[in-house]
Amino acid sequence: MPVATIAGHDVHVDVEGFMTEFEEWSEEIAGQLAANIGIEMTDDHWKVVRFVRDDYMAQGETPTLRRVTSESGFPTKELFLLFPKKPAKKMSYIAGVPKPAGCV
Amino acid sequence: MTATREAPSLVPDFGDEVQRKICFICSKGNLDMAYPALIMASGALTEGAEVDIFFTFWGLDMINQDTVDKLQFTMLGNTAMHMPGSSAHLPQGLAGLPGMTAFSTRMLKKQISAQQVPDVREFITLLHDMGARLWACKMSADMGGLEKEDLLDEVEGIINVNEFIELSEDAQVVFI
Repeated sequence: MPVATIAGHDVHVDVEGFMTEFEEWSEEIAGQLAANIGIEMTDDHWKVVRFVRDDYMAQGETPTLRRVTSESGFPTKELFLLFPKKPAKKMSYIAGVPKPAGCV
Repeated sequence: MTATREAPSLVPDFGDEVQRKICFICSKGNLDMAYPALIMASGALTEGAEVDIFFTFWGLDMINQDTVDKLQFTMLGNTAMHMPGSSAHLPQGLAGLPGMTAFSTRMLKKQISAQQVPDVREFITLLHDMGARLWACKMSADMGGLEKEDLLDEVEGIINVNEFIELSEDAQVVFI
């Protein structure tokens, strides 16, 4: 498994660059991950990312976009503005969790 | 764990610079045939594709205010239908008994909802919020005597086939 240096920390990632170890994540790393894909983190970005992590921890799987909307209260449209084009994948990448497995 | 050191920062390629365009044609009004397009369209939208959906013939029932909540699933003529949790086929003679369509519709709705997948009306709203554009087929609307106000608010407009062919230029088209 590749190891990447992100924000000065060695972290395990998969072949695409998604983090594979939940515990290695930190907000500092998340900020760098976001910057890597051209996203500047705002309070709303952090709220979503924290929700994704909390939900992953509680449910054992990455929430789908629909679940993020229904559980966190962020409207779908806003998620597309915060994480343009591929919101589900981008928020998972920044939150250091796998891409969602669910279809909807 | 064996670790191989990669470039300092391995960044996923989200392919943002590629603009895919996918059009779905929904021509069926059965509950089980409504979902494939809805699910694929939602997947396409979360993958950053531009999505247009054209509802024609019975597919119009998916965006008609009066019918959207009444789509049904029948076992009749579906030879792939088998008993829940078994590979034994359901005899077609049973599928035609009174109440079987209502029963199978209820069962399918339950199974879909267990997958955290919304009902058709909510799904249409979701797709609209995700940026899909929904179009009704003019000939089908005329045949059913339907006007724009008979359709769900999310529907962009009623267009003829030429307009659909124009807007699907350069798109991948999926017919259901």
